[in-house]
Amino acid sequence: MMEHATIQPLLTIRGLRKCFGGLVATDNVDLDVRNGEIHALIGPNGAGKTTLITQLFGELIHDEGEIRLDGEEIGDLPTAKRVRRGLARTFQINQLLPDFTMLDNVALALQAHQGHSFRFFSDARKNDALRSRARQHLATAGLSHRAEVNVADLSHGEQKQLEFAIALACEPRLLLLDEPMAGLGHAESEQMVAMLNALKGHVTMLLVEHDMDAVFALADRISVLVYGRVIATGTAQEIRDNPDVRTAYLGEGDA
Amino acid sequence: MSDHALTPTHVAAPTLGRSMSLLALAVALIALPFVVKALGQPALVPLATRVLIYAIAAASLNLALGFGGMVSFGHAAFFGIGGYVVGILYRTASDDTLFLGFIPGTDQLLVTLPAAILVAGLFACVIGALSLRTSGVQFIMITLAFAQMLFFLFVSLKAYGGEDGLTIRRRNELFSLDVRDDTTFYFICLGIASLVFLLLWRIVGSRFGMVLAGIRQNERRMAAIGIMPYRYKLAAFVISGMGAGLAGALMANYLRFVSPDMLHWTKSGELMIMIILGGVGTLLGPLLGSALLVILETVLTSWTEHWQLVLGSILLLIVLFTHGGLNGLLIRLGLGRSAP
Repeated sequence: MMEHATIQPLLTIRGLRKCFGGLVATDNVDLDVRNGEIHALIGPNGAGKTTLITQLFGELIHDEGEIRLDGEEIGDLPTAKRVRRGLARTFQINQLLPDFTMLDNVALALQAHQGHSFRFFSDARKNDALRSRARQHLATAGLSHRAEVNVADLSHGEQKQLEFAIALACEPRLLLLDEPMAGLGHAESEQMVAMLNALKGHVTMLLVEHDMDAVFALADRISVLVYGRVIATGTAQEIRDNPDVRTAYLGEGDA
Repeated sequence: MSDHALTPTHVAAPTLGRSMSLLALAVALIALPFVVKALGQPALVPLATRVLIYAIAAASLNLALGFGGMVSFGHAAFFGIGGYVVGILYRTASDDTLFLGFIPGTDQLLVTLPAAILVAGLFACVIGALSLRTSGVQFIMITLAFAQMLFFLFVSLKAYGGEDGLTIRRRNELFSLDVRDDTTFYFICLGIASLVFLLLWRIVGSRFGMVLAGIRQNERRMAAIGIMPYRYKLAAFVISGMGAGLAGALMANYLRFVSPDMLHWTKSGELMIMIILGGVGTLLGPLLGSALLVILETVLTSWTEHWQLVLGSILLLIVLFTHGGLNGLLIRLGLGRSAP
């Protein structure tokens, strides 16, 4: 592992700490996400995975520690500014615009990415450049045929895929994925794995996921979070063989 | 006929039906003064003028409330400020003094209207900047509180009539038109209202409008795509306040009178009722709602002094059964009709 030490990681977390009253949700977390890798974050329920993602994204402010993106501290920036710096996330509980169509949802993300939206006169829905690029993103996510459907009328799986398409439309350097497989059927789940695999190397990802098959198939490295603390980081094999992880999470005798 | 409403043909029907009904509406509004005079009811012209003025105010509030999801309960403040700009400028001009020692008065509509829009916008900027730090019920309450503060300010402003208000002897002048004539003034208001609705239509469909609608639906999502909701909400709130100020300035001209009543919280309530009657977050809804409320008020008050009891029941029925106010009702009826 030490041979990578000279390359600056894309995301560096040092001494991150977050308490809710007496509960330590994030306990002195150090974590590096290297450029181009899929870094999975696993751990039992309540380990603080989503809490960590939410802090990285600035929706929750950490108590202590630093968060660096490409060496620059982003820990004191509001969410929108972190997005401008190249962060994007998907939500475990879908956060979409229910009155809008899929196409609107993606086009709006592209629009936001282009700069300010203080343009009051021309019809945004008739902007061909935005629309056609939004269609491309939907096609990548396998959603073309449903582009004009209102989000409220989509299935849960389609909404999950849309979450993903929107995050990609933000052209992130680092994509935070919060359980993208959760609630998906087997076929949808496989489709999502294939999409993540296709993106591997192009976009750096921090992936929170419970589906261990998906994690072991996708992740370059895995970190294990237990009670807000990172107890191990390593390749899939190293994690499988780690005795602490086996007792704490994978279940002894199960692996 | 309505059985066919769900067949694929209805996809093209709304746009055609919509532009046809817009055309019909425009023709009706232009013909209205001549028709009612021919029918021997010239008093309906001022009534229609009031509908148009309230429609401007309600449509402006609707930008914040319906499209942006900001339930402002203080828009009467901007409406009243618009009115007082006209009143104070008129008083200053007729007294030949300077307001605050440096602002000359005027009775020119081309000056008073922009002035009213500007001043209302400034107030909206300050009130919005503070209120938008809250949301939900707190936002409703804080906008109400600001509006009531301004209400009491004008009540105590003895130099400008206090609670008795301020009489404007003559309507503001526009070129050399006879603005005293009800029909002329109606057409001035119709022209301005058309402009306002045109502008709102563009804004709602623009990039800004998309962001605003996005913020209404899910602020967290908007932040996650890199949007700072606050500044967009504030901009919408200011535009909305400016529109209300414009309407207030027209109302002061229409009534040739302005009083703190224009800023009273019940006026904010009336504007909200108009939006709800017509259809929240729709373009023409506020016009329909304004027409319905003004007509109901006129008709019902001639029957009974407890007219608000009847109004309340009608409001209840519309909220419960129309799914989107009069606008929603008309769209569904229009669909049924446009099928061949």
